[in-house]
Amino acid sequence: MSAFNAIGEERDIDRDEFTPEIEPQATWCPGCGDFGVLKALKQAMPEVGRNPEETLLVTGIGCSGKLSSYFRSYGFHSIHGRSLPVARAAKMANPDLEVIAAGGDGDGYGIGGNHFMHTARENHDMTYIVFDNEIFGLTKGQTSPTSPKGHKSKTQPHGSAKQPIRPLSLALTSGASYVARTAAVNPNQAKEILTEAMEHDGFAHVDFLTQCPTWNKDAKQYVPYIDVQDSDDYDFDITDRGEASEMMQEAEDALYEGKVLTGRFYHDEDRPSYQQEKRNAGDMPEEPLAERYFDDDYEWERSYDLLDRHK
Amino acid sequence: MTDDELIWRIAGGSGDGIDSTSQNFAKALMRSGLNVFTHRHYPSRIRGGHTYVEIRAKDEPVKSRGDNYNFLLALGDSFARNPQEEAYYGNEEIKPLSENLDELREGGVIVYDSGLLDASEIEDFDQRVEENDWHVYDLDLRGLAKEHGREVMRNTAGVGATAALLDMDLQYIEDLMEDAMSGDVLEANLQILEEAYESVNDDYEHTHDIRAPTGSTDDEQVLVSGSHGIAYGALDEGCRFISGYPMTPWTDVYTIMTQHLPEMGGISEQVEDEIAAASLAIGASHAGAKAMSGSSGGGFALMSEPLGLAEITETPIVLVEAMRAGPSTGMPTKPEQGDLEHVLYTSQGDSNRVVFAPGDPAECYEQTRKAFEIAYEYQIPAIVLYDQKLSGGHQTVPEDHFDEEPNPDIGSVVTEAELEEAVQEAGRFKRYMYDDEDSGFGGVSRRSIPGQKGGNFLASGNEHNEVGHISEDPNNRVVQMNRRMSKLDAIRDELAENADHQPVYGPEDAEYGILSFGSTKGVIEEAVDRLNDDGHSVKAMNVSDIMPFPKDDVTAFLESVDESLVVEMNASAQFRRHVQGQLGRFGEKLYSLLKYDGNPFEPEEVVSGFESRLGGEADLSQYNVRIESATGD
Repeated sequence: MSAFNAIGEERDIDRDEFTPEIEPQATWCPGCGDFGVLKALKQAMPEVGRNPEETLLVTGIGCSGKLSSYFRSYGFHSIHGRSLPVARAAKMANPDLEVIAAGGDGDGYGIGGNHFMHTARENHDMTYIVFDNEIFGLTKGQTSPTSPKGHKSKTQPHGSAKQPIRPLSLALTSGASYVARTAAVNPNQAKEILTEAMEHDGFAHVDFLTQCPTWNKDAKQYVPYIDVQDSDDYDFDITDRGEASEMMQEAEDALYEGKVLTGRFYHDEDRPSYQQEKRNAGDMPEEPLAERYFDDDYEWERSYDLLDRHK
Repeated sequence: MTDDELIWRIAGGSGDGIDSTSQNFAKALMRSGLNVFTHRHYPSRIRGGHTYVEIRAKDEPVKSRGDNYNFLLALGDSFARNPQEEAYYGNEEIKPLSENLDELREGGVIVYDSGLLDASEIEDFDQRVEENDWHVYDLDLRGLAKEHGREVMRNTAGVGATAALLDMDLQYIEDLMEDAMSGDVLEANLQILEEAYESVNDDYEHTHDIRAPTGSTDDEQVLVSGSHGIAYGALDEGCRFISGYPMTPWTDVYTIMTQHLPEMGGISEQVEDEIAAASLAIGASHAGAKAMSGSSGGGFALMSEPLGLAEITETPIVLVEAMRAGPSTGMPTKPEQGDLEHVLYTSQGDSNRVVFAPGDPAECYEQTRKAFEIAYEYQIPAIVLYDQKLSGGHQTVPEDHFDEEPNPDIGSVVTEAELEEAVQEAGRFKRYMYDDEDSGFGGVSRRSIPGQKGGNFLASGNEHNEVGHISEDPNNRVVQMNRRMSKLDAIRDELAENADHQPVYGPEDAEYGILSFGSTKGVIEEAVDRLNDDGHSVKAMNVSDIMPFPKDDVTAFLESVDESLVVEMNASAQFRRHVQGQLGRFGEKLYSLLKYDGNPFEPEEVVSGFESRLGGEADLSQYNVRIESATGD
């Protein structure tokens, strides 16, 4: 008998099940884009057919890190920038779990940049949501890796001399097999993209534009947005790396000129996930590691059987 | 210094096959019924540089590398072969011979490869040979190897010559070669081995006294390193997930685990850095696997943050810390015990962790098992602290030491049936419950695993309430802190239940003590035997439970002696400070004997250190050791 009966339980799932009895207002300011992420995620879960207890949401630190507090599932609120390494090991120990990692632009593209690059390259089967509001929120408004060049803050009083990170291009060149950008101001698109990201078998990166009305004063900073899939002006093949890359460059250049391009930018359905690659190489068992500890009949191998080489 | 033992040193350059040759030779000695201890000395380089392996073999138990050595096989190659390489490696042709002479005992044997080394280039060589009564055999090992096979097989020729000079049975070596190779390579090696053996017997008069001791060990022994002990202990505890980043000497245990995990249905991950490595162990453990990670000094520094995360989220993990000389990258391939305080105090806040410091390969096995057991039972990070000496040094251990049942118990986890009855709050399982009656034992509240029905909760690195939500409520803070901190007391009690948990070595009523931790165990036991034979009255305690500290045992030990030496391989007496800090007394009784030159203690250094403190009769100036008073001078 399985020790994890919540996994794969067939029933109607209601998005309200993902609401714990705790108020998001505890951290998030009125008008914050983070509410949009939470809402879109809750709406996507029943679409994917996953229940709260077979879902593990791993977050980093900052306003975005609080997502795991306001989303009822198994949660892990880890440390700044480290959601990905925690999440990917959990997925390896039990691939039957729906694993989502989330963090902010400082968290995900700054301190956690190294993990982002490597998790994408390995193509771990998980969804990574980065709350991108171009600012450090919880530490009160410092310049972040996605703040525009020239951005003034208490830590960059003369204006940032740095080019902002290009998250979509970075995800693509690192090896992510699904890359999209959506915005909190467009909940329908966000829901659809998160659903697709979770259903994708591989590393799905979603750069989620979230307005920060407190520290990035223009609360409507991502309006009007353009959905590249809905617009006749943009015609590209999302399975083609070259075309996707060009489209991403355009979206990243345009963002700071007030032209917000969102949508799906890259989707490679053929590349096997890291877990699959490891299984193919004989480096990972078919059954979840975690199940084995609950199986009384499992025959554990002993180191004693390895001693011949030491005689 | 007695010669009822063989201490064989094979010296050459990194890349010369010194390691594999010495492994086989050590096994041959073990198979002849001897106890064996090996010591690796190598530079932080891929090729070139001075390297040696020492193999000490004796009919009695061997616990250390011994004092100096009595048989040198100087191979000598892998050094500069052309002017371009010379610029990088330097011209070190003569080093395997010259560099090793200071530690060769009187009456010792030298076999050197005259095909590569020229003793006449060493100033005073002949004079030193005469003064020390050394017996020199110059053989063209390179030429012999070239003639029958390839030049690299000169180490085989050296082993053949060794066997002849020591009157050893070649069969043990031949068997091992047959296990390891086949075809032409095997044929060539066997031919070289035998020819070298015969030519030494035929062409040289054997003037030396040293012969291989006769072995009598009849129990089945295996030759394992401390890293094998740790890896095998982890496997037997059901550890099936390891994540790491290569760093000397931690790489040893990481590599051994990685070699076995896939075939045992486990997972090994090489990741981008040590922060990730420890974070992966946390993720895997959170999702229900028994997981470990580890590193050495600098890499472990990066694990400081995930270490604290494991503590506050109460996610069990085992971390290995293989110490090397610091600070910073220090001396990568040299042992030191300088990371003790780093391991004890790293990470922010009042964080708790369990630390074990095994003293030999057998203890590495036991204490790694103990580390997993405690980590998973009490939901706390546990660290196995050892060093470069123990990591790569091999020792004979009775095979049945490993004949233990596996323990896949995942510790304090609820079942789904229990979750049906469990207390919930705000739609979540009260995973961090602090109600005394329901929270179980020793501050431990039971945990659920993602996927279990009715068990959802939030594990948070922030202070949190019973269901895991972030909380700054002062009352909640105090109870959660107290609950987590009380684990160490409960663990201390549990560890103390084991009768021989911190054993004392030597006569119980001895007048003086020697206190140590970790890999100095064996060398101190040898020194204690010698001191008592010489009329002193000494006993020793090697502390393996570093945190929680076995206060009662150490207090009883120190109360029973007039004075105690604290022997450790670092410059600032970290272990002595730990003892004083934990016990809050005994400063007037403690004297440190410190060594931090990159080489492990030899028994004679401990003997002299002890004698110098007691009567000022021993001269320490010839050693790289230092005596220091706990109270200052």
